[in-house]
This record gives sequence, C-alpha cells and structure tokens, in this order.
Amino acid sequence: MTLDAPLTAEVEGNRESPAIAEVRLKIIDGDVHPALRSIDDLKPYLSAHWWEHLQTYGSRKRSGMQIEPYPKSAPRACRRDAWPDDGSPPGSDLNLIRSQYLDAYGVEYGMLGPLGMSGQSEINVAFSAVMTAAVNDWQRDFFARPEPRLKAGIVVPYEDAEASVREIDRCAGDVCYAQVFMLTRTGDPAGNRRYWPIYAAAERHGLPVALHVFGSSGHPFTGVGWPSYYIEESSGHSTSCQTVVTSLVIEGVFERFPRLKVVIVEGGFGWLPALTWRLDKLFERNRSEVAHLKRRPSEYIREHIWVTSQPMEEPDNRRHLFDTIEWIGWDRILFASDYPHWDFDDPFRAFPAGTPRERFEQVLTRNARSVYRLG
Amino acid sequence: MPRHVVAKLSDIPPGTRKLVHVAGRAIVVLNVNDELFALSDRCPHKGGSLSRGTLTGMVSSPEPGTYVYQRPGEILRCPWHGWEFDVRTGRSWCDPKRLRLMNYTVSAEPGAALVEGPYVAETFPVTIEDIYVVIQTK
Repeated sequence: MTLDAPLTAEVEGNRESPAIAEVRLKIIDGDVHPALRSIDDLKPYLSAHWWEHLQTYGSRKRSGMQIEPYPKSAPRACRRDAWPDDGSPPGSDLNLIRSQYLDAYGVEYGMLGPLGMSGQSEINVAFSAVMTAAVNDWQRDFFARPEPRLKAGIVVPYEDAEASVREIDRCAGDVCYAQVFMLTRTGDPAGNRRYWPIYAAAERHGLPVALHVFGSSGHPFTGVGWPSYYIEESSGHSTSCQTVVTSLVIEGVFERFPRLKVVIVEGGFGWLPALTWRLDKLFERNRSEVAHLKRRPSEYIREHIWVTSQPMEEPDNRRHLFDTIEWIGWDRILFASDYPHWDFDDPFRAFPAGTPRERFEQVLTRNARSVYRLG
Repeated sequence: MPRHVVAKLSDIPPGTRKLVHVAGRAIVVLNVNDELFALSDRCPHKGGSLSRGTLTGMVSSPEPGTYVYQRPGEILRCPWHGWEFDVRTGRSWCDPKRLRLMNYTVSAEPGAALVEGPYVAETFPVTIEDIYVVIQTK
C-alpha cells in the first residue's frame, strides 16, 4: 500500500487539456478485456450446427470444483464505474472504452484478451476450436477494425495444438492481431511438448504468446487441492505462473524456439526473481537431467519472458518494488491496466512516486514495441 | 472558513449521493438515512472516484467462523480496488492512518438563513423556501 504522489506535474495534470496530453507519455497496454454484449454477438460467426450446439448444450469447461467463477469482488469482476448506461457488460461498448479509457489516458495501443465465453478451457475440443475462431472474428469486427488502437489476440483452443495452429495460420496475416492468447491453467504445464506446435506457429509468424492468468484445467488452483477463498485463488496465480515459466524453460521450449517471446499477463512479478535464482541453483546441480538446456535458466528467462505490471505488488517500502524490478530487468516489464476489471491500474498512479522518468517510459511504452506486432 | 452551498437537500434524498466540485475539489456528498456526509471523492489508494462506489456495511469477526455485519450504509467502498472507508471519519479500514479521505463538515440549512451570507452559492440561486446542503472547506 503506497501513498502515491504525482510523478511529475505534467502526468498528473488535467486530463482534458490537449496541451498537456501532448507531453504526456504514450501508453501501450498489455491487458484490456473486451466483452460480448450477449452470446448473440457470436451467432454470425458460428455455423448453424454449432450455434444450435451452444444453445442446446452450452459451455462445458474443464472446471473441477471451480463451478461459477463470478462474482469475484465485483459483478463480472469489473470496475463498478465501467458499466455502460444501458446495463450491457463492461468492455462491450466501444464508445465507453474509448471515452473512459483510451481517450482519457492517451492510450496508443491496447492488447485485447477475451475471457469467459472465449472457447478456451472447453472439454469438447471441436467446440473449443469453433468458439475460439468465432471469438477471433468478433474481436476483429467489433473492436480491432473499428478502433485501430485496440489489437486483438489470437485466442487458440490450446488443448488441441493442431487446431490451434490452424487458427493462428488463419488469423496471423491480418495486422488486427498482435499476439497469440492463452491462459495459464492449461491441462498440462505449458512447456509440455503437446503444446509445441503452438509455439512453433507463433514464432513463425513473429507473434508473441501471452499467457494470461485464469482458465480452468480441472486441476486445483494450488498444488494441494482447492482453497476456500478468492484471495487464495488470486495469490495462487503467482504459483501457476511459476509453473508456466519453469515448464517452458526446463522442457527446452526456448532452446527449440529461439525467437519465441512469452508474456505472462496479470500474474504479478514479485515471484520471478526468487524463481530464477532457485532454477539456476538446481540447474547447476542437476544439469545432466536436462542436457537439452545449453544455458542457465536465468538466461532463457531474461531473453524470452516478459511480465505485465498489473496487479503490481505494493510493498510498504517502494524501494523494495524498485529492487524487485531491477532484479527482473526494467526492460521486461510491460504496463497493463486490466481495464475494465475491478483491479484496474491507472497508468499514471500504478507506479509509485520516485519511479525514474526514463524507466517509467520504458515500462509504459518502449518495451512493448519490441514485443507486440503493432504494424 | 468558506462555506459553500452545493445542492438543494431535495437533490440528495436518503440513499443517494452527489458528486460536487467546490473550490477545485471533487467532493462526494452522501445522504445516509437523512444524515449528510461529505468526503473527498478521489480514492487515496489509486485514484478511483468514490462517488461511483458502493455504500455497504462493515463485516467484522471476533473469531474464524463468526461474522458480524454492522453499520449498514456507513462504509463507502471504492469502485476500483474495493478499499473501504468509514463515512463518519473518512478513514480506511485497512490503513486508517495513511489512507483516509478528507472529511468535510456538511449541514442542511434553510434558504432563509443562507441569503444573509457569508455563503458562496456558486452555481444556482438560493431561495428562502428551500433547504440547502452546505459544505465547509478548511
């Protein structure tokens, strides 16, 4: 919990003033969530058969004991001030996204990450494939084409790698799409070879792979069963993310795909330095078990992994936050707001006072240019 | 001690709130069961607008498994990250010393008394027939 003072006079200035907007830093946001007004939005993109299937059988996810994920702290896990006047879901009204977020803060690009009825985590992999394709078309038509500041993520039915590759190949030629979008709770740890075709396709097309927290695999959130509280689930994302990073590195994904870029989204980042140190230590003692790794785990992490800022750790002493980022590397942190979700980070309030201006600019804009396909 | 007329009392009936701007400050005025409160609108945590927040109660617990819901309608929860503020003091529950809202003196006063001054009625005329909400800025 940090008491934030203004970073500089200009960034805390009047948001309405165009003169001030010009000198403010540009923002590239790694995590913006679009929403369906209703499931009918997907109807034009589903065949008669699959629409009928959806109406008749609905979504059946690999949910385990995670039956109904909402409300989490707030209805639809959203900011209470992000609901359009007509009562449709936050994130479904492009005009409100523009006025409340893109225009108000001067956002240059926002990366879309569809959650919920996005076709991911479905048990029926054929249904998963058609739903993700429909969601990709919907993102393009409802958001990315009419609003070039919003970039779609190619949502893939990742439990079926072949279908995922087909979907990446189908979408990648369109500059509306800036990344491949997966969730951290995969059926097997993300570095498992059955997912490798997805990474191969992403690398081939020059697209980063975002792994956003959530999803449901059927496995508990923790390594030892189902916790009772949402706070436990929220803090548990850091352990899911550690599994993702460890698996990608140790399985040799980055050895096999040397140009692959991975962004861990919404998992915080305070855990990353300690994980890196531990992996290096274990590697030095057990290297022969994973002889396919040519370098220390820390080197793969430093080269291939980025983390988004939100929901940022907020230590009482801000120096501890700066130290943590130093250990990770200021060039590896990408700003994310999570708009319109309840734990939204205001780009100009998220980082504590005392953040060096050039570092802030790196995180807010510059790092993202080397990660996402923005052209 | 400037005093500002910010609304007619009838504009803020019980159970509602109104965002007003006084001398460059955004202030949320709440009417809780005919009792008025005026607090700074900007959440000191990360800047959410409290006028868009939820008015709720205070859950406390003497021990795990036992829960008590008290003071319904007296806790204002930020629409973003859910920080809880006591409308009577402006203090947050989690960090009452550091994270607190400015708590303004607010009252309902008859127009007949106000037309005499020294009040600042910035945006609308005051008539003696009505009752007005008056905020005092320090």
